Amino acid sequence: MLEPNSLAALQDAVRGHRCVLAVGGRSKPRLSQVDDCTLLSMGGLAGITEYQPSEYTFTALAGTPLGELAQVLAGHGQAIPFDPLLVKAGSTLGGATAAGLAGPGRFRFGGIRDFILGIRYVDGAGQLIRAGSRVVKNAAGFDLPKFMVGSLGRLGVLYELTFKVFPTTAERLSLRVRCTDHRQATGRLIEAARARWELAALDYLPSERWLLLQLAGPQPAIGQIAADIGLRWPGDVEPIEPSTAAACWETIRGLGIPQPEVVPDGTGMRGTGMGGNGADEKGPFNNPPVVIQIVLTPTLLPDLQLALAPLEDVHVHYSVGGNVATVVCRQPREAAALGYCLTKLRLTGMVLAGPDAPLWLGVCNRSAIGRAIQTALDPQHRFPPFASPTPR
Amino acid sequence: MHDPLAKLKALYPADRFLQADSQLAAYGSDALTAFQALPRAVVLPETVAEVINTVRFCHDERIAFVARGSGTSLSGGSLPVADGIVIGLNRLNRILELDPQNRLAVVEPGVINLRVSQAALPHGLHYAPDPSSQQVCTIGGNVAFNSGGAHCLKYGMTANHVLGIKAVLATGEVVTFGGRSREQLGPDTTGLFCGSEGLFGVALEITLRLLPRAESFHTVLAGYRSLEDAGDAVAQVIESGLLPGALEIMDALAIEAAEAAVACGYPAGAEAVLIVELEGPREVIECQRETLHAVLADSHAFQIRVAANAAERTTIWTGRKSAFSAVGRISPDFIVQDGVVPRCRLGEALRQIGDLAREAKIRVANVFHAGDGNLHPLILYDGREPGALARAEVLAGRILEMCVGMGGSITGEHGIGLEKRDYLETMFSAPDIATMRRVRATFDPRGIANPGKMFPGSDLTDGPQAASGLRGLHPLEQAGIVFRQ
Repeated sequence: MLEPNSLAALQDAVRGHRCVLAVGGRSKPRLSQVDDCTLLSMGGLAGITEYQPSEYTFTALAGTPLGELAQVLAGHGQAIPFDPLLVKAGSTLGGATAAGLAGPGRFRFGGIRDFILGIRYVDGAGQLIRAGSRVVKNAAGFDLPKFMVGSLGRLGVLYELTFKVFPTTAERLSLRVRCTDHRQATGRLIEAARARWELAALDYLPSERWLLLQLAGPQPAIGQIAADIGLRWPGDVEPIEPSTAAACWETIRGLGIPQPEVVPDGTGMRGTGMGGNGADEKGPFNNPPVVIQIVLTPTLLPDLQLALAPLEDVHVHYSVGGNVATVVCRQPREAAALGYCLTKLRLTGMVLAGPDAPLWLGVCNRSAIGRAIQTALDPQHRFPPFASPTPR
Repeated sequence: MHDPLAKLKALYPADRFLQADSQLAAYGSDALTAFQALPRAVVLPETVAEVINTVRFCHDERIAFVARGSGTSLSGGSLPVADGIVIGLNRLNRILELDPQNRLAVVEPGVINLRVSQAALPHGLHYAPDPSSQQVCTIGGNVAFNSGGAHCLKYGMTANHVLGIKAVLATGEVVTFGGRSREQLGPDTTGLFCGSEGLFGVALEITLRLLPRAESFHTVLAGYRSLEDAGDAVAQVIESGLLPGALEIMDALAIEAAEAAVACGYPAGAEAVLIVELEGPREVIECQRETLHAVLADSHAFQIRVAANAAERTTIWTGRKSAFSAVGRISPDFIVQDGVVPRCRLGEALRQIGDLAREAKIRVANVFHAGDGNLHPLILYDGREPGALARAEVLAGRILEMCVGMGGSITGEHGIGLEKRDYLETMFSAPDIATMRRVRATFDPRGIANPGKMFPGSDLTDGPQAASGLRGLHPLEQAGIVFRQ
């Protein structure tokens, strides 16, 4: 693995090798697991290059760890609005963008594609290409910045990115809503997503049949809204103690599955999983589970649960109002069975960890035009293919 | 004699295949009213199959086409190509599906923007992007130009609300991008298609995300004795940590025009008005409006008016939304400009625009999305005066160069279209533009989809002509929403 520490070195590295792929914190290791390819670590290309809080934008190099970025923004009362994943595991700005996935707080204002403004990237010929701009609104040129979101480093090496930020809200409040079954949970999930409450996050833990809601805003407003939620589902809503809530959301951001703590009154929660903070946590590379992200619409939640029920030792968490499911398979062989379930439901999953699993499970939308655009951006075929094993 | 359009004509009944000049005239210009061009024919498909067959015909015969919704493009994006045809999509206006549980709608490209929110209203949902022309403009056009509007500070532009697109590319291939989920896997091809200005193909079905309607609005109109004071107030609102749904400023000339057009009753004697709108749950608005009023009280507003109900809110917004077409009241002709500067340089940009305008002896009214530094200078001229349009365009160009010089953009939301194609090079280098050309060639190898737009230099020998003597009516005027007399 090479680690260029300047733009020129990066450009040379791209030109000098047959096949290259940029990596960040490797918090989603399956994404960069490619044969016959030179990996370029972006750790040496980190740092904020422009940040004026009054502009609500920042520009930073791709290798910038999101944790560091979040700290700088917090110092000015601002935050990354798409709630990045795996920050503690070392995810970077470029890596998060290339993966295209965001955390539970994505529910309120949107994902990475909704906040990316501009990029500079190194193409297969080693040229530095600019797209988008550094200001919050720009309609000039094709929206290649959006196209790079979710492109897994297969179209170019992201060098520098500009994002929009929002003011942060200091006050947060989390609630747990007990449900009798997945159908009721789905109905409540859908209702909550349409309600006037303007939730910051809306998740579902199927193993416990709990909805997890987060409110963010000024007090006493969010307390009043929480009370209103309690009136909507009397007897089923209770607040989550703040430090437990914080740990729970952190677990979810670490792509772990929150699990209830075994305490005398059974009201606490702790996390475990890929980047979690549970007591029995193993590092991501010891006894690696297969971690998959699936996109769906909320009304499909009960069907997906039904399909997953026969699989052994499979843990599921739904986020973003039921639009994203994280599945953790402890038995790698179950990943293939999961793929079959997804295909039947016409869903797609991307494998984030699990060295023996394919990159994609379920239905794949890799069309001829997709490959043609990839060739247009990378005529030298310098970057690896998207590797979809199951043609549509 | 061989009629190159014979095969196309055979696809349509006579009343939906227009060739007489008198019929073509209605499609000859768009909201960039200074220019016009007559196409060879206009087709009015009523089905997706007709659109696909038309595009395939154009591909096979190498005939240029311009897809058109309501022709409200302010950058000339829907201006016809003289050698080509226009595909008028207004009849593909069905809302195919409204799914309130998954909060989405699937629409044909000719659906009017405002109709989507009207259809979603009974479910407590709405479609957020609200360009000023939303009573007239279509979703297909919104997708092509990634339209914005007053509420994109908080909610984003059209692309942020498009989950999936089915389209016929200029190659004739029918493709589907994205889907119905809020999240996506793989590269965001839907996002790439949005804002491609009709250069890739024609969107046939668009899946839109719907948001819950905000429960409560708090809309404030503040009058200022100077543009600078209004700009300072914006900075203070932002610094207070509020995230308003909208933050708009109009200057004296724009206010005069709006008053004449729609009698909005803005504070008399104001050199600038600021509209701030908070939206959200009622409990949050209760808290936030105290913060907002403290900020505004501290600013130098000489009048602060709060909308007491939905009707008053509408009145405040009518003035702002009529601005682009309302200037027709005070000037025979005008160019609506669209540039972006970093917000902290807004005051400086307005001063420079004033200086440039005075130097050129041209009146400029200013309307802008103050929250995101997106300026809309309205350059007023009289097309009957020899050389007036050319002078107005020179001024427009200097304003664009100023925006780029400040680190901004030549367009915040109207797109490049015809108007700004020669300025693309001020923002992007040769390799950047070469990359974009290669991407475009992938979708449109024959260069038939809306050629002559976006990229510098003309792809055709005859571009649209300046409409000397033609007083183009803005589409909102054509629709009877705004009147000059």
